Amino acid sequence: MIKIGLEDLDDIALGATFLGTGGGGDPYIASLMTRRAIAENGPVTMLSLDEIDDDVLVFACGNMGAPTVAIEKIMGADQPPAAVLALEAHLGHQADLLMAFEAGGSNSMMPIYNAAMLGKPMVDADGMGRAFPEMQMVTFSVYGASSSPFALASEHGDTTILDISDDKRAEYLGRGIVIRMGARSAKASFPMDGKTAKRVAIPGTTSLCQSIGANLRQSRAENRDPFAALIDMLSGTHYGHAKILFNGKVTDLIRETRDGWAIGKVVITDQQDASLEVEFQNEFLVARQDGKLRTIVPDLICILDSEMAQPITTERLRYGQRVTVMAVSAPSIMRTEAALAIFGPVGFGLTEPFVPVENLP
Amino acid sequence: MSRAAAPLRPKLRLGIDVGGTNTDAVLMDGDKVLAWHKVATGLHITDAIVAAAGAVMEQGNAVPNQVFAVMLGTTQFTNAVIERRRLNKVAVLRLAAPATTAVPPMSDWPEDLREVVDGGHYLLRGGLEFNGREISALDEAEILAAAREIRELGFDAVAITSVFSPLDANMEHRAEAIARQELPNAAITLSHRIGRIGLLERENAAILNAALSSLAARVLDAFTQAIDDLGLTAPLYISQNDGTLMTAAHAVRYPVLTFASGPTNSMRGAAVLSGLNDALVADIGGTTTDIGLLLDGFPREAAMTVEVGGVRTNFRMPDLLTLGLGGGSLVRDGGKHIGPDSVGFELEQRALVFGGDSLTMSDIAVSAGQMDLGDPANVARLDSVQATLARAAEMIEAALERVRPSATTLPVILVGGGAPVLSGNSISGGKIVRPGHGQVANAIGASIAMVGGECDRIFSLDGVSRKEAVAAAKDEAKTQAVEAGAEAASIRIVEMDEIPLSYLPGNATRLRVKVVGDLQGTGLEIGA
Repeated sequence: MIKIGLEDLDDIALGATFLGTGGGGDPYIASLMTRRAIAENGPVTMLSLDEIDDDVLVFACGNMGAPTVAIEKIMGADQPPAAVLALEAHLGHQADLLMAFEAGGSNSMMPIYNAAMLGKPMVDADGMGRAFPEMQMVTFSVYGASSSPFALASEHGDTTILDISDDKRAEYLGRGIVIRMGARSAKASFPMDGKTAKRVAIPGTTSLCQSIGANLRQSRAENRDPFAALIDMLSGTHYGHAKILFNGKVTDLIRETRDGWAIGKVVITDQQDASLEVEFQNEFLVARQDGKLRTIVPDLICILDSEMAQPITTERLRYGQRVTVMAVSAPSIMRTEAALAIFGPVGFGLTEPFVPVENLP
Repeated sequence: MSRAAAPLRPKLRLGIDVGGTNTDAVLMDGDKVLAWHKVATGLHITDAIVAAAGAVMEQGNAVPNQVFAVMLGTTQFTNAVIERRRLNKVAVLRLAAPATTAVPPMSDWPEDLREVVDGGHYLLRGGLEFNGREISALDEAEILAAAREIRELGFDAVAITSVFSPLDANMEHRAEAIARQELPNAAITLSHRIGRIGLLERENAAILNAALSSLAARVLDAFTQAIDDLGLTAPLYISQNDGTLMTAAHAVRYPVLTFASGPTNSMRGAAVLSGLNDALVADIGGTTTDIGLLLDGFPREAAMTVEVGGVRTNFRMPDLLTLGLGGGSLVRDGGKHIGPDSVGFELEQRALVFGGDSLTMSDIAVSAGQMDLGDPANVARLDSVQATLARAAEMIEAALERVRPSATTLPVILVGGGAPVLSGNSISGGKIVRPGHGQVANAIGASIAMVGGECDRIFSLDGVSRKEAVAAAKDEAKTQAVEAGAEAASIRIVEMDEIPLSYLPGNATRLRVKVVGDLQGTGLEIGA
């Protein structure tokens, strides 16, 4: 059991931006919300999956909407708790613990915020281990937990409960309501017991965000090579393998909107004129060099600025930026056949089969 | 009459840079420098401007009616925020409730600045959704009550922000009109006037602007007083952070738009002095070297949010790499260590060439015969001169490497008073260009500034082609530039960015277009 206090939030936000793999939304605003919630209500208690009982009730919480709206229409203070309370009322049971469904990006903060606002503890785990664009792309779904019933809440306190048997349809139907709520909704979902959570959730991802953030911060403060230090730190976690894929400057950047996605490609070129091509759909999906695969989803591709090792989101990529591209192996729970069928290459329409990054050049 | 008749059309421009330390003036004919002069700014801005500008008018044999326009760049407002001095207390009205209450105004401000500026905030009903629908209707009584309280508390500066006001500013205008009933004389800043999408950053900029309102009135008064004292009748323009100009009347209302105009001006000045549109620029001052990249005659902008005095804003600012190396930097260990500490303003007391006891980069440059300063005899027998120069070049080269955009080489333009500390003809694979008058690149940059316009909006591509949306965005930016005084025929697009909005229906996309044009009547080409 650990406590999350004000002093931990910047590290968690920085680590969550890294795990966001280019997407997931900037956690800056969510961390300001959470700072205020903890300042007013005190630190949040966080338990590891091992520490929770089998019969506790756990909700996965976060937001649903468009990141570009998120920087303009900030949430109402009572909006995220409203979703949790609505789901509790519907089930007739209070949640014992809150959990993230997405540890990467701004959603990393929402269980902490809700825990502080509602005086509940949280679990150190999530369902994505990074960021993904759709709500069915979670290990919870892969291993048989259902997102339904789930609650959505607007800033007006309006709530709705959806009970949908398939998580992909839940994403589709839920999205329609989210748009009418102004493309910014709070969500409480995947009600499950502790026993299920231990089976379907990726352990330790909130504390991993904190470790990544602290590691980057310390490297900067001590003027050490931040990349080497981070690779070293990650090798001791269940993510395991991390490496530098490429070092260079952004020499080409193509973006387009297709079916509502921010789809594009960034080309990074080094001093020897070699190039790495990274494709993205909200998050970075695949990196290729001379047509040869270097890393592919669900393994993580992170682009950081070479100077400060600040992770860069796709919307902040700019021509001429000097960047370092890192690849990190996803934990084994994200690499099973069942998991790859949902958020492996085929889940994004890519034709290459998944090859673990540690087996690639 | 003994002298020739005045020219038919005034064609000279006066560029002035009012810095914290020095005030520089240049008299320009096209891109030709007729005269320049530098004085200490001191406590009286008016006196400094009159001294510097008066000197260049005299040197250039110019009479006031030959001057077509006066362009002035200043760091007065940036410095006030950094020093937390001379700021108004600001009351903030945010139109968005019940949305946005999770992060109230000034949540992310440094405590010391917040103490000086915070005049309370009001989270009121209003605001728009991304598609223009109201989040909630404006509540007139609520706004009136807030305004009454602000008046009773005695605050006279107000910032008003509404969610998605860059899409539609109507609510901010209506709220201002209502608040005016109680606060007829308050300085009211509407956020859509100075910021783009990004609520907190735009609100922060609006609050900073309101906080500068009294200072802006005083400083702009001092500027116009100086112009009057010089007998000039030409219009006065003030430079903005993106290298374009605003009228003095606009600057009184939007002082925050002058932030970071200094580095922009020196980079634009470097472009005009060298005739190069695509180059690296190293502005070597007394304490630091600013390195930036010119693309098409304009500085590349920073992609990340920019902090001013610890406050996040989304201003357009040049992407600069600042290195702790300048003419006043202290040299230690036989040149192995240079800076980042510097004798700064005390160069004329502490440097060896002035009889002081500190070894500075300027002493090294004078000893090597690269710089003309003080008494060279004091530094005739220095050790490790070449090693120190080599180390300085190495530091600058490493920084240039980081800014250089690709494997292709670019020329490097050196400007600033400390430029002679870098020797040689090439660096980082590029030719070194040392334009004349590089020490007043700042004032020159101010004098050649152009007029800009910008559009930053979310467009729905439902029933509208992408091409039509782009054309609409371009038209909007151009109209804005013409309204600001640009010559329509000279307007061109300098930046276009498109960010598709995922998850929104109708293929919504955010388009940002920036255009610039010549100030009417100058006919000056960028970098020509």
